[in-house]
Amino acid sequence: VKMARLLPFQIAVVSTVVFVLCSDFVYCNNGRRVGDVMDTEFSGFSVPLEHSFEVDDVAKFQVRGALVLKAGREPGVSLTQNQLSEEDRAKLKEVAAVDGLYRIRVPRVFLQADRQTERQMEGYLTAFVRACAMVESHLSDVITLHSDVSGYLIGVSIVTLPGACRGTEVEDEVDLEVFNTTLSILAPVNAPGPETALFLERMEQETEKKGKNPQEQKSFFAKYWYLILGGAIFLMVSNSAQPPAGGGREQS
Amino acid sequence: PKATTAMAKLILLCLKFVTLCGSIGAVFEDQVGKFDWRQQYVGKVRFSHFDTHVQSSKKVLVATENNVFAALNTRTGDLFWRHVDKTGPEGSIDALLQHGQDAVLVVGNGRLLRSWDINVGGLNWEIVLDSGSFQAACLSGQQDNVKHVAVLKKTVISLHYLSNGHQKWIENLPESETVDYQAVYSGGNGEVYALGVVPHSHIAIVVYSADDGEIIKQVSVEAPWLSNIQGSCAVISQGMLTCVDPAAVSLYMLDLHAESQMTQVPLQSLGLEVVPGFRPVLVSTQPNPAQQPLSEFFVQLGPENYVLLQLNNGQIVTLRDFKPAMLVSFVTAGEKTVAAVMSPKNKTACSINLFSAETGRRLLDTTMIYSLDPNVGKPEKLYVQAFLKKDDAVGYRVMVHSEDHALSFLQQPGRVMWTREEALSDVVTMEMVDLPLTGTQAELEGEFGKKADGLMSMVLKRLSSQLILLQAWIAHLWKLFYDARKPRSQVKNDVTIENLSRDEFNLQKMMVMVTASGKLFGIDSKTGSILWKHYLEDVPSNAAFKLMVQRTTAHFPHPPQCSLIIKDKDTGLATLHVFNPIFGKKSHVTPPALPQPILQSLMLPLMDQDYAKVLLLVDDQYKVSAFPSTKNVLQQLQEMASSIFFFLIDSSQGRLSGYRLRTDLSTELIWEVVIPTEVQKIVSVKGKRPNEHVHSQGRVMGDRSVLYKYLNPNLLALVTESTDQHQERSFIGIILIDGVTGRIIHEAVQRKAKGPVHVVKNGYEYWSTKSRRNEFSVIELYEGMELYNSTVFSSLDRPHAPQVLQQSYIFPSAISTMEATLTEKGITSRHLLIGLPSGGILSLPKMFLDPRRPEMVSEQSREENLIPYAPELLIRTEWFINYNQTVSRVRGIYTAPSGLESTCLVVAYGLDIYQTRVYPSKQFDVLKDDYDYMLISSVLFALFFATMISKRLAEVKLLNRAWR
Repeated sequence: VKMARLLPFQIAVVSTVVFVLCSDFVYCNNGRRVGDVMDTEFSGFSVPLEHSFEVDDVAKFQVRGALVLKAGREPGVSLTQNQLSEEDRAKLKEVAAVDGLYRIRVPRVFLQADRQTERQMEGYLTAFVRACAMVESHLSDVITLHSDVSGYLIGVSIVTLPGACRGTEVEDEVDLEVFNTTLSILAPVNAPGPETALFLERMEQETEKKGKNPQEQKSFFAKYWYLILGGAIFLMVSNSAQPPAGGGREQS
Repeated sequence: PKATTAMAKLILLCLKFVTLCGSIGAVFEDQVGKFDWRQQYVGKVRFSHFDTHVQSSKKVLVATENNVFAALNTRTGDLFWRHVDKTGPEGSIDALLQHGQDAVLVVGNGRLLRSWDINVGGLNWEIVLDSGSFQAACLSGQQDNVKHVAVLKKTVISLHYLSNGHQKWIENLPESETVDYQAVYSGGNGEVYALGVVPHSHIAIVVYSADDGEIIKQVSVEAPWLSNIQGSCAVISQGMLTCVDPAAVSLYMLDLHAESQMTQVPLQSLGLEVVPGFRPVLVSTQPNPAQQPLSEFFVQLGPENYVLLQLNNGQIVTLRDFKPAMLVSFVTAGEKTVAAVMSPKNKTACSINLFSAETGRRLLDTTMIYSLDPNVGKPEKLYVQAFLKKDDAVGYRVMVHSEDHALSFLQQPGRVMWTREEALSDVVTMEMVDLPLTGTQAELEGEFGKKADGLMSMVLKRLSSQLILLQAWIAHLWKLFYDARKPRSQVKNDVTIENLSRDEFNLQKMMVMVTASGKLFGIDSKTGSILWKHYLEDVPSNAAFKLMVQRTTAHFPHPPQCSLIIKDKDTGLATLHVFNPIFGKKSHVTPPALPQPILQSLMLPLMDQDYAKVLLLVDDQYKVSAFPSTKNVLQQLQEMASSIFFFLIDSSQGRLSGYRLRTDLSTELIWEVVIPTEVQKIVSVKGKRPNEHVHSQGRVMGDRSVLYKYLNPNLLALVTESTDQHQERSFIGIILIDGVTGRIIHEAVQRKAKGPVHVVKNGYEYWSTKSRRNEFSVIELYEGMELYNSTVFSSLDRPHAPQVLQQSYIFPSAISTMEATLTEKGITSRHLLIGLPSGGILSLPKMFLDPRRPEMVSEQSREENLIPYAPELLIRTEWFINYNQTVSRVRGIYTAPSGLESTCLVVAYGLDIYQTRVYPSKQFDVLKDDYDYMLISSVLFALFFATMISKRLAEVKLLNRAWR
């Protein structure tokens, strides 16, 4: 959280390392875990992650895997998911061919609740991606869960990497077997307030510096004598350069 | 070399100085009113009195529902002075009493009593009244001398001096728990009557002595039929309380002086009949508060039927039956009291006549004709100003208040002296539409629009259009010549609907304004004159309006077309009004019937074969209907269906859902985001405006690399406020969400902050509860150093989340509304226009709202021209674009691009309307007003001749040399 507040400031100073910082931040906040190994110390609760891809685009959600959510101050999430069956792989390709949608959904949950009954809420959060993008990326997707300040899940998003549909055929069935999912959960960042303290500090420093350094208080002419001199020379040179220019024209 | 680098540095410094300070948009003194105008309004009139204490007075006082008290000039309709009070019930004007040159106002449900001097509009005095809800007020006098004002509240009655407002006495009303005191009356005999009612039981009358507030008498009279005194009773003659009972169809009379029973007078016995289902109303008059009311009064028996009655020795006599009569009004001039009656004449006109109140006889030569415009509302109330002519006859003028909130002032025999469109004090939404091309311009344009058909016909076409141009030019010359001979004052330069045409730089546009009363206006943006108006009847009072331009003027010969969706907020049922924005006429295109409640409407960039953009309406069954719904459109929709996405927001459940159109015009749910309402509620959603362009995709940084902006046209900014209002726990949430995929791109909370939040694209303002100040925060999104798929933007193919930069500032004022400037191509730097509660409109350069403003100045940031971060945004007075033209209660700012890239047209509306132009980057594409054409042309000519001469000389010299 502290990092989030610092972030804009750092970006403003060293804008080139921004991206590293930014992704770093996401990384450290999400407790990302990929694969089907379940951590033993991870005492969370599990909700189903469901997906649906149909040729006629009527949603029929089936279980894709289980999300294990860790409640508490620093929410974490991990995912165990099944492989796509042969039947599903064929269907996915078929759906991709007609430019259908690949949808996912998770139930609405409240992460901060103590009891299981309070956690689950009515309704689902859904998101989608084009099925062809899913196929062409070989099931590499990035799923992000968004929670609000008090720990309610408010949205889910899915993108694939790469995201475009270029129409490349995926020949190898094996590529569509295992999901390569990057999963994260994001809480809202704290927006920065006006940075008065830093500004005042800087002002003080500046006044101190001025007081220490008497050279700064030189008069205008003392400071910029070279500029004025340069300007004067420039003017003189350009003045003296005029007569030859006129002469040149006469000769042509 | 050192000098040159230093020189370069100096120049750079100067340039920076110019760019930093050059963005100031103040006007010169001689430009005041040249490019801008302001119109001041007062709102819907609630009370109005003519200033009668001077014979030749030109004032009419108005107190309005917008909490404005003003004096209008009866000759011109202009404001003499105006006082704008607080909005809402705190400033509402409950009563207006006028005596001599004082006007006494009860304000804020009996909170304040104020007296104004109507000559200059200055405040005489103001006192705070005791708490309690206001019921009625009246002036009280003795021996023709009005000295006091009596104020009746729920539980107390008080008497105040007119001269200084001091309270003379205050008394508790007896039995105020059971009796509902509703009226106060004073007949000029030193007594004040408080009239109360116990509904369906009895009337309670308490008589106070005006001198010391002692109760002289307390009476209660059986009246089981009465429930409301104000609605059904009036005091006439020598203190006769007269009530009308609609159930028994009779009048009841009670002498307030004598303890007696109510006497019943059936209306039938007077030969009068009430229109079935109509509630009769009494209209009486008391010309002087120090004297008794007149014994003549009107009773309204039906919507168009009034009867003038007289109480004569305890007997009611019918003086005259007015049928049909729409409106009546008593007025007194000198000692004479007359009644003005408006009656329908034919379909397009009404006539107003004066009748003697005493006899009911019509006065000669007093007919006035009031013409009814079909596009204007019906008259609702008459305010009559009567005066005695030299021959002692009564002359009069009339102010007609119509249901569309317009005030028109008429003089005999029906000349409209002025009209005030007070509906414009409540503009809800507006659009600016380009004016049409002139006939010749259109002809030329048409040449390019048509399909080519052979060389010969093209040549002929070109010739013919050139001929037309020539003809127009000759006509223009002739007109110039003709006008030059006439004296200048006769040359008319009025803008009328006929001579409307686009100017060279498209700076003059048609402002289409929609007002809350349901009246539409077309206003010329250059002069502010109203070119057309159209009153929509049957607009529900809680309607929400959405105005869309379906076809612009660019598609000659198809007329431009606007659609207005009028939606009842309660039922969700909507109607569509389709009209031509240039002429205001209803379009012949029949709008679709909308039997289902409408959830969402959206304008697609698709066009039908007539160049009308397609409007999609989503009903509560999530079915989509298109307008226009021609075959062509439906076909296009089917082709495009899979790429048409839209979203719906249900703020009561905090649910956002995205839908995709199917080929059969049904929809499917594709994404859902739910923001629990227990924690926060959605207060506003803002997306990109359809006609907005962003010119530069990236920013060049100090090290010459490029930081690309994240330009997502589908991005929505969602603002939420916490339900917990405690100042330590309250927060504001900002969620940036992609409207197509539902992907949450950024989510931030501003802790210890409170609404109201004002949002513009990439910035928002809120109240910080921690520091008790207004703060302003800016969010900018960047893609990074590399651009992902730079050719096309698709929300479906943007896997990387953008970088988010945010910075906050202290803003030294509250904010009423915000909008960003808009220019044709988006090259001009952007300013933020901020309407302040003080009435100023501030043009804040976007440069100051840049989250990349560095806290530590470095060489790179200097190179980039970034201003060092300062936590406070200063308001400079030269940033006010409306100099001293205060815009009261500004509610909205509308910006429109003009044909000049440097110029943006701005309209601020609230109680007033203000139009101006702003030049965020100065007028870089326009020559200055004082540009020296003479000098430049003489220099050009001189140079030309100099070259000619020198050429000649050179030739001679060459020749001479050749000869040598």
